[in-house]
Amino acid sequence: MDFYSSSSTNSRGIGEPCPADEPHVLAVDDNLVDRKLVERLLKKSSCKVTTAENGLRALEYLGLGSDQKHSTTGNGSKVNMIITDYCMPGMTGYELLKKIKESSILKDVPVVIMSSENIPTRIDQCMEEGAQMFMLKPLKHSDVKSLRCQLMQ
Amino acid sequence: MEVVQLQRSFVECMASLFREGLLDAQFSQLQQLQDDSNPDFVVEVVSLFFEDSERLLNDLTMALDQPNVDFKQVDAHVHQLKGSSSSVGAQRVKNCCVLFRNCCEEQNTEACLQCLQQIKQEHLLVKNKLQTLFELEQQIVAAGGAIPMVQ
Repeated sequence: MDFYSSSSTNSRGIGEPCPADEPHVLAVDDNLVDRKLVERLLKKSSCKVTTAENGLRALEYLGLGSDQKHSTTGNGSKVNMIITDYCMPGMTGYELLKKIKESSILKDVPVVIMSSENIPTRIDQCMEEGAQMFMLKPLKHSDVKSLRCQLMQ
Repeated sequence: MEVVQLQRSFVECMASLFREGLLDAQFSQLQQLQDDSNPDFVVEVVSLFFEDSERLLNDLTMALDQPNVDFKQVDAHVHQLKGSSSSVGAQRVKNCCVLFRNCCEEQNTEACLQCLQQIKQEHLLVKNKLQTLFELEQQIVAAGGAIPMVQ
């Protein structure tokens, strides 16, 4: 498992360092039930949560939408972590990960990929593209707790 | 009905849900996420699941009723259902979905229809039992009792 080790100076994008008490997480999942679950799991671990139902909405929120000229108009600088489902219609979690890593503003924001399927090639692909972690669904409280601890570092 | 009797029924209902494999450990995870600040979390998620899954079951029925079945579409629906049933701990529904996906891969309409039938039955079973559970919960609270913790 690749640990993302961050230094406090350049790892959080423009502006704020990660608030140790309430990191802001963007959770992306096309499944309604899973969105509710991940939101609750993150909130229980003292995270502020924004959810998006697909990759496009996520990019728009982050300020990376195709019609957004400047990334600074989005919320990318406020987000401390992105957690996304892999299998989504339109844009997969992997494609979303790539777009985030291509952004000069957001490339250092940790991205976690979730999937219900344990496919080694899929996992490798995501880790090689710079994912912080790959997690199997359904997510449990202990999974999110350890993720939360990583964010604190 | 007496609180003690209600509590006993609740415990038995919960126990049988797990014993019969209708629910698995993931449901316990949901229960752990419920607390004073989110006292209705389990009911909320489960209700969301039943709304969502009913819609998916309708979509599946229609998709399999087409003269030329679009198995990719059918598989997509089953994938969704598998995901959400897994997330709430509806084990038997989830297991049916796994079989269903195999039938989709084989593009076997007849087998898919059988799987759909099976899923509908399992879905109804767990839905009815959970509804009973939630009703008992409400009755216990209304009678001033505490909800038993079931490990």
